[in-house]
Amino acid sequence: MKTTVFYGTLAAAGLAAGLASAATLDDVKANGTLKCGVTTGLVGFAAPDANGNWEGFDVAVCRAVAAAVLGDPQAVEFVPTTGKTRFTALASGEVDLLARNTTWTFSRDVDLKFTFIGVNYYDGQGFMVRKDLGVSSAKELDGATVCIQTGTTTELNLADYFRANGISYEPVPIETNAEAQQQYLAGACDVYTTDASGLAATRATFEDADAHTLLPEIISKEPLGPLVRHGDNQWGDIVRWTLNALISAEELGVTSTNINEMSGGTNNPEINRLLGTEGELGAMLGLDTDWAKNAILAGGNYGEIFADNIGESTPIGLARGLNAQWTQGGLLYSPPFR
Amino acid sequence: MSDTHAASTAFVRHDPLPPAPPPVTETGIVKWMRENLFATIPNAILTLLSLWAIYTVLSGVIPWITNGVWGAENIRECRELLAGATGGCFSVISERWNQLVFGIAYPREEYWRPTLAFVLLIVSVFPVLFPRAPRKMLILTIIYPFVAYWLIWGGTVLTPILLFAGAVVGYVVYSKLVASNFAAGFFGGLTAAAIAWWLAGFAIDAGSDVLALREVVSRDMGGFMLNMILGVVCVSLSLPIGIVLALGRQSDMFVIKWICIVFIEFIRGVPLITLLFVANVVLAYFLPPGSNFDLILRVIIMITMFASAYIAEVIRGGLAALPKGQYEAADSLGLDYPQAMRLIILPQALKISIPGIVNVAVGLFKDTVLVSIISMFDLVGMIRGPILASTDWNGVYWELWGFAALLFFVVCYSISQYSQWLERQLQTDHR
Repeated sequence: MKTTVFYGTLAAAGLAAGLASAATLDDVKANGTLKCGVTTGLVGFAAPDANGNWEGFDVAVCRAVAAAVLGDPQAVEFVPTTGKTRFTALASGEVDLLARNTTWTFSRDVDLKFTFIGVNYYDGQGFMVRKDLGVSSAKELDGATVCIQTGTTTELNLADYFRANGISYEPVPIETNAEAQQQYLAGACDVYTTDASGLAATRATFEDADAHTLLPEIISKEPLGPLVRHGDNQWGDIVRWTLNALISAEELGVTSTNINEMSGGTNNPEINRLLGTEGELGAMLGLDTDWAKNAILAGGNYGEIFADNIGESTPIGLARGLNAQWTQGGLLYSPPFR
Repeated sequence: MSDTHAASTAFVRHDPLPPAPPPVTETGIVKWMRENLFATIPNAILTLLSLWAIYTVLSGVIPWITNGVWGAENIRECRELLAGATGGCFSVISERWNQLVFGIAYPREEYWRPTLAFVLLIVSVFPVLFPRAPRKMLILTIIYPFVAYWLIWGGTVLTPILLFAGAVVGYVVYSKLVASNFAAGFFGGLTAAAIAWWLAGFAIDAGSDVLALREVVSRDMGGFMLNMILGVVCVSLSLPIGIVLALGRQSDMFVIKWICIVFIEFIRGVPLITLLFVANVVLAYFLPPGSNFDLILRVIIMITMFASAYIAEVIRGGLAALPKGQYEAADSLGLDYPQAMRLIILPQALKISIPGIVNVAVGLFKDTVLVSIISMFDLVGMIRGPILASTDWNGVYWELWGFAALLFFVVCYSISQYSQWLERQLQTDHR
């Protein structure tokens, strides 16, 4: 709580400073690069490769926004931030956009004065067990030993979940994810619980990943999304609709391979509006008419970005689950381009 | 005489027996082992336990090193190559070598510049560390900071030249004025240098592409290079500042004394990580938006302040250890304060303080990894962030951390060996 107040104060102070240069879009265009805050490294979401090029699921959002605004997906200056420096970096204007697997919560949105422009990944707390334990549901975990990181919301979620289901467990407190991997592999606990994407990434590093499985239950809501500062609605709109463009593109079947063909004009007026061959959507945002086309060309539509970075063909192997289109039973639902 | 017993004894030995070999248990390796390893039953038990422990560690570590994989592309390929056998996955070090040493963003074709700066560092630090080196090499040492800045950060060659010129102007003014009064010399020199640098600013702006190396911004520095930059700069700055603070704390002048006390006690009372957060996060709020106060410079200032407060206290210990007679001897020779300090007090006090100063320096060098917490990609930041977070290398812990520990050990152990050598050199033995 104290840290929240602290960050809140800092954020308020930063807002006062930030208002002096309100038009982020003008700043970005003047600089020629988008300053994008990312994590210092999270498997599949953001990490530089051996040549120093950033890649990952969150990084793709940065590149799409840069492509929409500046026409060049490489025109991004990545600013690595830790969990402790991320909010001040955004509030003080050091970054224009924070795409750093940040959970959308009430206090961050309202108290810290940020605007979450959407959700690019629906995460939630899950469980990982050894397959030979023969467990297929978290409700069968009565009496299990559970490795859990102390001092996190996952610890509280876990207690709530087991109490609500009237089953008992024995916690094994650990500090870091690396320690948890070692403890779990050494058999110190039957179950390891943390965010499902983190579990999948952890499982991917095991020598015998097939001997472990993630249980289907997700016991908490962790909507991760990009965020911008309060107070610059035009910039917020640009980032929001860039993300929506990626999601809509998948829904409408626009991919990076067929986009050039489709941008010649199609029978579907929404695709035409999205790609700028009909209507004036780009001008309304203060961007070029082919802004969405550039954004989609940067790394593909939402589905392509997912598949390339964290999907089932990658070592991380996450299923779409909640992150499928609403037509496929997921939660992704972009408002119409009209 | 020998005939005397001829009748009474049957045999008389004329030459002495050849010396018998000592019993097996009292000679050679057996004796050494008996005395040192198996002297008593508890000793024997401890010996056996130690042997078992050494065997266990070595039987794990040696195959891990000798079986190590060097050519794999990622951790999965590494495991396939090992096929279940024990072995380290050292490919991560060779594949990410550049990142571990230079960070992610330093331009690849410019790697020769920091490398050259490192080589020059060794050359130019040589005359400072070893009194027997030719004195003319000290010129190199004086020029080095400017050359190194130019090499690492790039930009026009005018920057280091004019900075150096400003320093020379300051020194000339100082040496003119110091004859009459030390304070006048000191502040006069400082003012002259500041004016010269201010003027140089215009010249640098005007000629920003004279012999320019490609500019590299501070954000792009990383890896062990960043640790070395921070360590070397902060240690070399904090030593003189620490001396000044220590002398100031002993001063009779009320204001100076209290400024020094407040500074030292405040900085020592605050954790380094807090200062780094202030440098990284809080300063951004106080500076006007869009102003770009170099992050490395901010961090250097904070670490230097931190280290100089500690060094000041170490040196104060050295000053306190000198007998009062030394101060009085200086006075009786008619030396003024700067002369007394420079010629009599400080040489002795610093000699006493060497172990403490080296202790602070080694600790400071290792503390530079704390910058990883404010999201700078130093060696530890590189490992914790980009490398362990890549899908290729997530899960390789021992190899990376072992490598980092090795690098730091080499540097810190060399510093400590040098300081012990220096202590032996300066031994004048009061005992």
